[in-house]
Amino acid sequence: MTTEPVVTSAPATTTGPANTAAGSSAGAAGADTIVDAGTRGVGADVGRPDGVPKVQGRFAFSSDLWADDFLWGHTLRSPHASARILGIDIGPALATAGVHAVLLADDVPGRLTYGLEHADQPVLADGQVRYVGEPVAVVAADHPDVARRAAEAIVVNYEPTDPLTNPEAAPTAAPIHPNGNVFREINIRHGDLDATGEVVVEGTYEVGMQDQAFMGPESGLALPDDDGGVELFISTQWLHVDREQIAACLGIDEEQVRLTLAGVGGAFGAREDLSLQIHLCLLALHTGKPVKMVYSRDESFFGHVHRHPAKMWYRHHADGDGRLVKVEARIVLDGGAYASTSSAVIANASCFAAGPYKVPAAHIVGLAARTNNPPCGAMRGFGAVQTCFGHESQMDKLAAALNMDPVELRLINALDSGDRLVTGQVITGTFPVAEVIRQCAGAPAPDIPRSDDRRDLPGGSGRTTDAADTVRGTGFAVGFKNLMFSEGYDDYSSAACRVADGVATVTCACAEVGQGFVTLAQQIARTELGVDEVILAPAQTATIGSAGSSSASRQTWMSGGAVQAACRAVRDQILADVAADWGVSPDGLVLRDGLVVSLDGQQEALLAQITAGPGYEADVEYHHAPTEALDENGQGNAHVSFACAAHRVVADVDPDLGLVRIRDITTAQDVGRILNPTQAVGQIEGGTAQGVGLALMEEIVLDNGLVRNASFTDYVIPTTLDMPDVTIAAWVEEPEPDAPYGAKGIGEPPTISSSAAVAAAVRAATGLNLPRIPIRPADIALG
Amino acid sequence: MSDVVVARSLDEAREALIGQPDATVLAGGTDLMVEINRGLRRPRHVVGVAQVPELRRWHIADNRVVVGTGVTYTEMMTTSLADAAPALAQAARTVGSPPIRNAGTLGGNLGTASPAGDTLPVLAALNAEIVVTGPDGERRMGLDDFVVGVKQTSLRPGELIVAAELDRPTGRQEFLKIGPRNAMVISMAGLALVADHDARTVRCALGAVAAGIPRAHDAEAWVAERIDWDNGAAVTDAVADEFGQRVAAASSPIDDHRSTAAYRRHAVAVLATRALKRAFAPGGNGDA
Ligand SMILES: Cc1cc2nc3c(=O)[nH]c(=O)nc-3n(C[C@H](O)[C@H](O)[C@H](O)COP(=O)(O)OP(=O)(O)OC[C@H]3O[C@@H](n4cnc5c(N)ncnc54)[C@H](O)[C@@H]3O)c2cc1C
Repeated sequence: MTTEPVVTSAPATTTGPANTAAGSSAGAAGADTIVDAGTRGVGADVGRPDGVPKVQGRFAFSSDLWADDFLWGHTLRSPHASARILGIDIGPALATAGVHAVLLADDVPGRLTYGLEHADQPVLADGQVRYVGEPVAVVAADHPDVARRAAEAIVVNYEPTDPLTNPEAAPTAAPIHPNGNVFREINIRHGDLDATGEVVVEGTYEVGMQDQAFMGPESGLALPDDDGGVELFISTQWLHVDREQIAACLGIDEEQVRLTLAGVGGAFGAREDLSLQIHLCLLALHTGKPVKMVYSRDESFFGHVHRHPAKMWYRHHADGDGRLVKVEARIVLDGGAYASTSSAVIANASCFAAGPYKVPAAHIVGLAARTNNPPCGAMRGFGAVQTCFGHESQMDKLAAALNMDPVELRLINALDSGDRLVTGQVITGTFPVAEVIRQCAGAPAPDIPRSDDRRDLPGGSGRTTDAADTVRGTGFAVGFKNLMFSEGYDDYSSAACRVADGVATVTCACAEVGQGFVTLAQQIARTELGVDEVILAPAQTATIGSAGSSSASRQTWMSGGAVQAACRAVRDQILADVAADWGVSPDGLVLRDGLVVSLDGQQEALLAQITAGPGYEADVEYHHAPTEALDENGQGNAHVSFACAAHRVVADVDPDLGLVRIRDITTAQDVGRILNPTQAVGQIEGGTAQGVGLALMEEIVLDNGLVRNASFTDYVIPTTLDMPDVTIAAWVEEPEPDAPYGAKGIGEPPTISSSAAVAAAVRAATGLNLPRIPIRPADIALG
Repeated sequence: MSDVVVARSLDEAREALIGQPDATVLAGGTDLMVEINRGLRRPRHVVGVAQVPELRRWHIADNRVVVGTGVTYTEMMTTSLADAAPALAQAARTVGSPPIRNAGTLGGNLGTASPAGDTLPVLAALNAEIVVTGPDGERRMGLDDFVVGVKQTSLRPGELIVAAELDRPTGRQEFLKIGPRNAMVISMAGLALVADHDARTVRCALGAVAAGIPRAHDAEAWVAERIDWDNGAAVTDAVADEFGQRVAAASSPIDDHRSTAAYRRHAVAVLATRALKRAFAPGGNGDA
């Protein structure tokens, strides 16, 4: 990449229209017409540039990295959920032939701890371990087996102590960390708390610990430079926040740590926290050699945070017609040993605890507690998944108590634009909850052919079940969450665009984790600049500012918005120059098909000619409308925008054996605007499958802090016999006024309501209460 | 690091093993390589047998089926073996995913000797004789004498498992298995049931619900007297249910992270009831 100075505009700051200072670049974006959906621009069904290589096995993932004369790193982890470290003898490990370094907490030159919101997690355990799998030492050796054996040769003298594993006991238990056992407690008090309803239903619900189960385990390669700095090739969700934490712990300047995104094999939240980043850089700087690390599949279960297990109590009040009067809830999330994003996850769980419904009064108490269980943090749906299972279970219970159709009950309570959330925030964007419900519930009943193939029945290839052994049920659920970060966080994105010789180059540090940003960035540049060829520069910290995290359903909006604004800034420069040259107004000029064209048809010129030589360049920061913190009553305009989805699930259940076969899944989703239909389908199918997994099988099984199933043998995720095709009844397209092209993020909503809908279908089939997901065979058969 | 001999014939494999009795046999590698990759095993000497033609054969006679230990699951499902030993094919179809079934072998399932090994209840119900060869020459034994504990066999150093010889009875065969999802699962409970109309017996064996592969002898004897062998009437619900209870009594399951003992015992009863009804249903046994 050339870095010669080119015609550059000063870095512009753009925001959505909520900020009236916004330039035309992002203003009134919802009203944009999608220019060339028929070609390869925004709205078109453009294929992924990385799609074919991935399918053919030619795509380089971070585990495929290679450097001359590199070493392999390995991590020694705690076998105890809670123990004091009385001593560590690295002598035997260091003496092993081929070992170059064995590092402990004392070898961390900078800050000893890291963390996304609170730096409370040791880079390497310092006198104390607080969960099974906590890193204690790292080793570099010239062969991965040598590194592994050397790690085994380290002698750690532990004094195990009783682990704290019950989050409900955590607030009053002796602190297991200097920061205490409570990550955050939230109290949402809204409306008349003395109000009561004619009909009251109560329930207690539980959600197990889900894992993101991405396919590409944690891996990376660090290369030391000559000036005490380090270069890191890494799969992550957010390069710049990694860099900040790495530099602090290495005790060097951020500029000395240069990160480049390596091929990411899935993320789903699990790569928002650091795993091996600091370890790799420490080993590289210590040995002066490149160091590579790849977690094994089993180790990966200890290498990243999981979805918070939840215990929830709910009481819903409604009037005789089914209108909600008040929702009371208490939500306890087990945050595990370290803070990660627990304080934001409990905020989400609490803010969205009542579901996408009009609730005049609410008292919601949320607690995220520290325990000696594995740390929990970000996972697709981010707190809203757990409470969706709670509020949707309650809505079904309420419908039964009212003798009312559960879909009708949801419809009469559905939130809409202009309504208030339990946090007091008025929804200003689009929020077509009722339409999403109508589209999903109103889709034609699935035509499920009678099948004699046992693989279509519960038990699948195990041949356990005949059609006569089954009962069928249909379940329905709706869920929602926020898009972007909340509570005053300015999670901006940066992008640069350069047009030279008619070719556009887009630079953005947005992490492509499978969501399809690389496709979308090109589509946006094509639409804005009327070019076909768009080069996407590598995502790096050295070349551009932060893009924020590839999480919170935010990158299409935020980095998409940044790319759009950068392209428009370049377009405006080009048109201004051409207009001056031609003596016309720039308003009469457009970029189209590689040409600068005057709308009156009088003049045109080749863009390649106009942009010959250095060309034009602009870089921008894109900000969403500001939000504010929640006050002591959990009230405030804390969120930017919202999206919802609904699922209808038909399940066949073998009640005697407790086995389930889902026969149909139909969904509708509030998407704002579809920018790439195939990518949208991919998000909806994948997100739904992850929700099915949580409902029926995916759980990290813990026994007094010990993980019992850290492998894909025993941590099971849906196969094709567990996951039917997803019927998309409708994309409900009501463009979001503040969003570029009106598009909402679509990655998370499919995961939120699908679990609840599956559980509802199994309940409908069996008549059982089933207050816990995942639903295990024994819960049905012996329930 | 280990040395690897790739045997091209039964003689080569036998010689390599007799010369190096502490060598580890490698067949499809779907168990062994997982253990090696996890650092659980580091064999010094390896004898590869995937290319031994004698082990890859099967032979079907009137009342006997001989299956070489190199036969893969895919072969059990898709060849003449599927007709000769239907329960073996049914069990094979439940194993892993297509790549695992293409590589994994009967010999590997025996060698691993996990209570959850899916072919093992089938072998037990078909009165299998396991044929091994080694420094002591050829030895033959029933599955009971071969599998002696959880992942423990009576194989002696330097011995190779050559074949399993199975009955070929005249009745229906059933294999049923429960896992935490609808395919590609380690068994939480499995059951093989075979009806032998000539001998007028029912034979039933269980997987994943005991340290070994128990046969439900008491239930077998009880039900044999209640089958209408002459006229082929369907078994009554009462008989099938009691049979289920009696089969469950032969299990001795444990609580673990995959399931609970209570569920496993319950599930075995349900599986046995259903298998018996299928085996003696007047029409077909419900397979597409
Ligand atoms: C993803 C996955 C899914 C699986 N699913 C199932 C399942 O559903 N059901 C199931 O039962 N198993 C399953 N397995 C386990 C495995 O596939 C089977 O046990 C298979 O039969 C092993 O056969 P192999 O040829 O691969 O054995 P290998 O791995 O080559 O060997 C296994 C053991 O047997 C020994 N051995 C092999 N052949 C001989 C011989 N001829 N003489 C002496 N010793 C021998 C080896 O030394 C080794 O100890 C699964 C494995 C994986 C990886």
